[in-house]
Amino acid sequence: MAIHEKSLIRPEDLKVQDKVVLDGVDVSGHWSTFIQSRVVTDYNEALEEEISALPGGEHIHRCWQCGSCTNSCTVNAVNPDFNPRFWIYLVRMGMESELLRDKDIIWQCVSCNKCTYACPRDVMPEGVMKATAHWLELKGHVPKSKSTQFDEEFTAQVVATGKIEEGRIIRNFFARTGQPLLQDWLLEMAKRVVRRLPFKQGLAMGWAALFRPRTRKWAKASAALGEYIHEQEARNRKALNLE
Amino acid sequence: MSRKPGTERRSTLNKYQRVAYYPGCALEGTGHAYNASTKAVGKALGLELHEVADWNCCGAMEVKNVDPQVQTYLSSRVMAIAVHEMNAKVVMAPCNGCYHNLKKAEYDLANDEASRQVVDRISKKAGHETYRAGTLETIHALDWIKDGIGEQELKRRLKGSLKGLKVANYYGCMYTRPRHIFPEKDRGPGSESTSQPHFMDDLLAAAGAQNVDFPLKTACCGGAHTLSDSDTSTKLVLNILQAAEAAGAEVIATECPTCHSGLEMHQVRAEKVLGRKTKVRMLYFTQLLGVALGVGPRKLGVHENVSDGLALLKEKGLA
Repeated sequence: MAIHEKSLIRPEDLKVQDKVVLDGVDVSGHWSTFIQSRVVTDYNEALEEEISALPGGEHIHRCWQCGSCTNSCTVNAVNPDFNPRFWIYLVRMGMESELLRDKDIIWQCVSCNKCTYACPRDVMPEGVMKATAHWLELKGHVPKSKSTQFDEEFTAQVVATGKIEEGRIIRNFFARTGQPLLQDWLLEMAKRVVRRLPFKQGLAMGWAALFRPRTRKWAKASAALGEYIHEQEARNRKALNLE
Repeated sequence: MSRKPGTERRSTLNKYQRVAYYPGCALEGTGHAYNASTKAVGKALGLELHEVADWNCCGAMEVKNVDPQVQTYLSSRVMAIAVHEMNAKVVMAPCNGCYHNLKKAEYDLANDEASRQVVDRISKKAGHETYRAGTLETIHALDWIKDGIGEQELKRRLKGSLKGLKVANYYGCMYTRPRHIFPEKDRGPGSESTSQPHFMDDLLAAAGAQNVDFPLKTACCGGAHTLSDSDTSTKLVLNILQAAEAAGAEVIATECPTCHSGLEMHQVRAEKVLGRKTKVRMLYFTQLLGVALGVGPRKLGVHENVSDGLALLKEKGLA
């Protein structure tokens, strides 16, 4: 998108009077349009520091607002409200209430890393998006996104067994997020997969569903990873002053 | 398959022709056909694969989102086994996600002291050698065939040709981005490009395919949120499929199990949910190479593809 990536005037701040007469001149409607002034008083001066403290957010301070990230962004092309440059600006300015207006879409970053590729300052905007999404969840501004729930299910399986089994992840994820498995397109997909699946591979996948694939000699690694993740969670909460 | 690389024996194979093989989780499940076709192509070309024993998940995107260092450890464990138990010099990962993660771990361990400490700590507790940066080279299946065989030699070994098959080469995100974890790319002639990747184009052109001018080679299929944000993924995939069709392609050649299953799944979803039907088929590049090398489509798992590549190959007289 070109320079005019975002209008700074919100429709709700545009005020139009139906009937106004000034010095005997009728300026009703369109002619009386003015923009409601807006005073930001609730700066959160700790915002940038908190996001920098979460994994991925470390380099946010390098940003000089060139907009290469938003310009290259995959999700921005689908939804113009998805605007990494703007969010980095808000975080650095401490404008928390402004950031919260977009709290329900920040998690949608698909990690394609086009922004990281384009960024001339090595901000690693993909990481910043993940850190910001984590921050929103940790602070309780949003419930855990579907993406986070998927990540947690996936990670739990890897930590437990060293490997994942795709069928189990999909079943558990759909159950956890309360989505029905019996959707038209999913059934069609399953039908097409099963129709063509060779008997041997079908057997192997059924076997994997019953007996989870495991990495041998994994127990010690599993314990060490569990401990480390627990430690990091405590560290992240402390960095955000959460109890 | 049983002999380990490095257990010395007389061999004329160079380091790219005889590699440690890290298939990863997806290739044991939805990417089964990629695994089968990679092995079949290797066999047809006389390249050797030695699977890493007791490998674990590389951490994928999901574990990185929970904690990046955990992903670094997971990838480093695979590399530690390849180096210390197999004495390997090169590990090949056909999955873009695995390839990317091993490369990322390599970069982090070479450049970041904190990553080195975490990986060392967890490795010690897990009871295995710590992987040290610079002791193993990670390559993709594309590098394996390109560097192990090359286009000229590939041409000599062809048993057939993909002549007349119009192919859009789709590389996805994780094969080229972010640039800094791929120091060997963008090194001028002969090396892979991160902005205009061409290794798959080169190999398939050598096999006789007609590569179309496809502008979305490195576009994103939304694979990271393929189930958690399906509507976005469907839009992204539909865009890729329609661009390929507009470019005249009959087939999208893939090199990643997540991209491949994402394209197939959201092709179905776009049809069912948005009512937008596309006809282009998805085939792994190894399936296409296998066909040109005279390997039977069944051995390449072509019949498993949801988008029915087999029907197209039959139509074209290739199967």
